[in-house]
Amino acid sequence: MPASDAEVREIRTDGGDEVEIPEVNYVSGSGVPIRGNDIDTDQIIPARFMKVVTFDGLGEFAFFDLRFDDDDNQKDHPFNEDRYQDSSVMVVNSNFGCGSSREHAPQALMRWGIDAIIGESFAEIFAGNCLALGIPTVTADSETIEALQDWVDANPNGEIDIDVEAEEVTYGGKTIDVTVDDAQRKALVDGVWDTTALMKSNAGAVREKARELPYVDDAAIPEAE
Amino acid sequence: MSQGTLYDKVWDRHKVTQLPTGQDQLFVGLHLIHEVTSPQAFGMLRERDLEVAYPELTHATVDHIVPTADQSRPYKEDAAEEMMAELEENVRDAGIEFSDPTTGDQGIVHVIGPEQGITQPGKTIVCGDSHTSTHGAFGALAFGIGTSQIRDVLATGTIAMEKQKVRKIQVDGELGDGVEAKDIILEIIRRLGTEGGVGYVYEYAGEAIESLGMEGRMSICNMSIEGGARAGYVNPDETTYEWLEQTDYFQENPEKFEELKPYWESIRSDADAEYDDVVHIDANELEPVVTWGTTPGQGIGISDPIPEPESLPAEKQDTARRAQEHMRVEPGDTMEGYNIDVAFLGSCTNARLPDLRRAARIVEGREVADDVRAMVVPGSQRVQKAAEEEGLKDTFEEAGFEWRNAGCSMCLGMNEDQLEGDEACASSSNRNFVGRQGSKDGRTVLMNPRMVAAAAITGEVSDVRDLKEVNLA
Repeated sequence: MPASDAEVREIRTDGGDEVEIPEVNYVSGSGVPIRGNDIDTDQIIPARFMKVVTFDGLGEFAFFDLRFDDDDNQKDHPFNEDRYQDSSVMVVNSNFGCGSSREHAPQALMRWGIDAIIGESFAEIFAGNCLALGIPTVTADSETIEALQDWVDANPNGEIDIDVEAEEVTYGGKTIDVTVDDAQRKALVDGVWDTTALMKSNAGAVREKARELPYVDDAAIPEAE
Repeated sequence: MSQGTLYDKVWDRHKVTQLPTGQDQLFVGLHLIHEVTSPQAFGMLRERDLEVAYPELTHATVDHIVPTADQSRPYKEDAAEEMMAELEENVRDAGIEFSDPTTGDQGIVHVIGPEQGITQPGKTIVCGDSHTSTHGAFGALAFGIGTSQIRDVLATGTIAMEKQKVRKIQVDGELGDGVEAKDIILEIIRRLGTEGGVGYVYEYAGEAIESLGMEGRMSICNMSIEGGARAGYVNPDETTYEWLEQTDYFQENPEKFEELKPYWESIRSDADAEYDDVVHIDANELEPVVTWGTTPGQGIGISDPIPEPESLPAEKQDTARRAQEHMRVEPGDTMEGYNIDVAFLGSCTNARLPDLRRAARIVEGREVADDVRAMVVPGSQRVQKAAEEEGLKDTFEEAGFEWRNAGCSMCLGMNEDQLEGDEACASSSNRNFVGRQGSKDGRTVLMNPRMVAAAAITGEVSDVRDLKEVNLA
């Protein structure tokens, strides 16, 4: 179910560099299986819903064309099923999120209520966009994923616990090993997944680097603050 | 890990520092922005009371939502007008140069950067658009980013990234008549898969790549992302330098050309560079490639049979079955003779002047088949103007094509140019995803521009080489 904007994970800002970024060590919640390889960003959020200048309200359009027919009648899709309305851990197959760079895709999923995704593999830009929102993209082999999807089917209210740092997922009384990309794990666990303030603090070194590059005109480099 | 490649060298030249996450902070030499993915990033800057750090290294255009028929303001569609107005305000406030439609320089972001000479070898180039890999054709390190990363780049002039592996794709031999750059990249994606490039940057090399003009190299680098590789590049050479010398930037700053050339030469991959992987493709064996399914990796030569799903690797079978059902194709058939309703010549993959010239030679003196809606959408206003001056517009219009203004158009169906119902489209674009061209039942067949022209004429997917008295030179 689309989360209200108030529930969406927002990073609090205090103006300037004062940004509070939550650490994402653990994510827990019931699962929702989304089966199929190569689910692209056009399926996650069709382009016609991107004619907007904010991300607000995108949650209801997640997987829209897979969920509704031309007359807006519901089709079979896990996001339409009552039993998955409170789910927050999506379980997907391979190359999930391939295609365009639109952050609208993870934004729509996050605003629907997804806090973490477990899958066989993810397209790179999509995984990077998820990280920028503090959403772990955790991987495991296809047998492990299929077993988890089947378990979620049978246990729609069952809790899945993702331990990001330990790279473990616990469900139904058992714990499995998963992989979280090194940089992603560190960024989530240390709460440095929102990189703006961190990188801005190196502004002096950035200007220095710009001066070293033969193609950057000095006039394009800002004065020190 | 790779060593001595263009990727390694450009990375090192732009690395500011290593971040606590283990990612590198990279300086961004050119940040291209457009109306769909940037407004939220400007909004985030405002929320945090931050300013654009390097406005002079940032360049804007409007392409995704811009109407290609009536471009008078306000745009007829309110949402499009709102996005355009938002971009105008953002670039005005920040002092960012904007190639808007009144300048004569507007166009698809991956067409105008190279045209204006701001796409250069050895630059890091980012844009909130996955086809940013296009700029790698010039030996730039160019990749698509999401909106939160756009915020990072606007606020700091840098981006956080992990270094990737480098796969060299060596394309030897010579392309036959009627076979193009597009066919090379469709073949690469067919062979390596849509996720084969995840974790890699692709270096395209070999005789068949070197003999391509810049536009062909752009078509190839453009679709790197369809093979999962976030970036792809070609080492700069004389062909690259000839293009650059003609551009506005170097016409206005001729001294810069000589000044920068040693840098461009220095970042070429060394002869003894080490790669994480090398793949060989023989250009002599290629024929025009068309897609039969709903991912760009589901392609075949025009005379090859559509595969039986059972003959594919286990993990591809389910996707193949669903794709064949959606496309209504049967294994064992070829794609030749597949009826089409729409022919679309456009997109950042194939809407540059040589693409339109080659297609025009196919349609010259012929007529678009009855019941086929055919359209040409030039990649930029400059392409449009040049094409009109040399008579291509007349050629296309006489054959029954619509001639439109520049934009992304039916590649992704964000403006009024969309498939309707279950229409099938012969398309020179880059994605055949379900729903991509604006209708969730629409069917897209990707192919090179001359194959699109041939399909428009015959009303079905056809081998352009079989048309009578056709000029494939």
